[in-house]
Amino acid sequence: MAKGIWVFAEHSDGSVRKVTFEILSEARKIADKIGEELCAVIVGNQVEALADKCGPYGADKVYVVEHEMLNQYTTEGYTKALTDLVKQHQPSILLGGATVTGKDLFPRVAARLETGLAVDCTDIGLDDSNQFFVKRPMYAGKAYAEVGFSDATPKMASIRPNVLIPSPPDESRKAEVIKVAVEISPDDIKAKVVEVVKIAGEKLDLTEAEVIVSGGRGMKGQENFKILEELAEVLNATVGASRAAVDAGWKLQSEQVGQTGKVVSPNLYVACGISGAIQHFAGMGTSKYIVAINKDPEAVIFGKCDYGICDDLFKVVPKLTEEIKKLKKD
Amino acid sequence: MNSIVCMKQVPDTEAQIRVKPDGSGIVDSDIKFVMNPYDEYGVEEALLLKEKFGGTVTIVCLGPERAVEAIRTGLAMGVDKAVHLDDPAFEGGDAFSTAKALAAAIKGMEYDLIFCGKQAIDDDLAQVGPALAEMLGIPQIVVVTKVEVSEDGKKAKVNRQIIGGEEIIEVPLPAVLTAQKGLNEPRYASLPGIMKAKKKEIKSVKIADLGLDPNAVGKAGAKTQILKMYSPPQRESGKIIEGETAEETASKLAKLLREEAKVI
Repeated sequence: MAKGIWVFAEHSDGSVRKVTFEILSEARKIADKIGEELCAVIVGNQVEALADKCGPYGADKVYVVEHEMLNQYTTEGYTKALTDLVKQHQPSILLGGATVTGKDLFPRVAARLETGLAVDCTDIGLDDSNQFFVKRPMYAGKAYAEVGFSDATPKMASIRPNVLIPSPPDESRKAEVIKVAVEISPDDIKAKVVEVVKIAGEKLDLTEAEVIVSGGRGMKGQENFKILEELAEVLNATVGASRAAVDAGWKLQSEQVGQTGKVVSPNLYVACGISGAIQHFAGMGTSKYIVAINKDPEAVIFGKCDYGICDDLFKVVPKLTEEIKKLKKD
Repeated sequence: MNSIVCMKQVPDTEAQIRVKPDGSGIVDSDIKFVMNPYDEYGVEEALLLKEKFGGTVTIVCLGPERAVEAIRTGLAMGVDKAVHLDDPAFEGGDAFSTAKALAAAIKGMEYDLIFCGKQAIDDDLAQVGPALAEMLGIPQIVVVTKVEVSEDGKKAKVNRQIIGGEEIIEVPLPAVLTAQKGLNEPRYASLPGIMKAKKKEIKSVKIADLGLDPNAVGKAGAKTQILKMYSPPQRESGKIIEGETAEETASKLAKLLREEAKVI
């Protein structure tokens, strides 16, 4: 019988991503309730050193799958590495982050394993009879669903970054590290990454940012985003934009928040010159705190924000930057 | 260059979504349905490739009778023909059972590229494209913003969005690509296009035509089930911060963010 809860431990630039710790912490509670072990799986090349990071967040074991062809993420390489290991050990549940990688990898893995996958979940848990289920937004958050699974295993779920809360790490907790060999030949990887183009100045991805400062039609022009960047700097935030600002060509599509852009749930979302259309709200409505700065008193966003300032953003935003700078100094 | 576009009809982004009181689904009687916006980018890209290389563009759509309207939109844009999986047995499925039916319908067809939207904006699964690629045994590239097919039509260079930039991936064809906003600007259907669309073939496909087990598709073949749906908690309107000057309101806000919300 399938046993064990697994978490695909995502890493980049030599460190384990925070979403992995968020999932491990929540999965630990489930593992304790159903009496199964919690394992992390790290796939890559020369990544063994990362294994020690998973124990403090609750992992009992860490499988380390290394191969030089796994140095860079490819759908086919990682799918093979992960599915081969799953077939061998048959965990009951397999979790991972709903990240750029997770959104590519998990659907492929689920199809190969012929099992169920719920994506972009905002909560995971057990029902009264200890059956695993998840909660996830649909219609860009205009509705939510509780989703259950058929008997096929592993039951798979990808979890939205920034929604589960990581436990404080227990550094005395050590996980057993198990190195695993995988056979991958060049023929296995048909879609090859030939180049990675970095967009200069783009900080942490919006979906993983804890603070977002966003601008809309009220920004009036590309050059005016400078004041948002300055505010973002003191808040350690990532800058986003509404569809209106993207369509006007002031910001990149990758910076768009909303139903046809990115769905985000930061701790703090500062909306500047954004009216709060239903499509925009669908992309940021789960933010913990929403601040609206808009000179239009009729803007619908004032009915849905935690704090609103009805004034000219070009006056308020620079002052806010100053005030926060002052506060942070104290 | 033969392309297939997997297309879904979904509620318009403007639609207010109301959950039925019993949580069994949404109230769809007063909703305007449209072609999934991300599928439009797929249709446009397939049409651009057809203009360059020749060949045909076929829409494959799984959905109820009303989906014909979205199919006609695609045909009016210039798509040559369509296959409509409109058997109730296909309905109510998850990504797995939906991909299963699509894969069975596509298997016998000729194609170099299959386009899907990066996700359907109703269930937001972003899963059918990769599952379909797996079932057909071909590579996938998701969240695609640029496609360049080689002169001989045998491979493509594809840009895909990643954190902080883009990956450029080379892939032999056939492959599944899922379209992201920014890939192109979808054309509007012209009046002659709309007239022509009326005469184009929409082939209705039932489960018996695909030789599939009814238990493998639709709700019966699904690996996940929606147990219940509910509305998100409504946000209440918060504090409007009053003050004589921008300096005063900004200062009050900064203090609230630190002391009350504790987010800075």
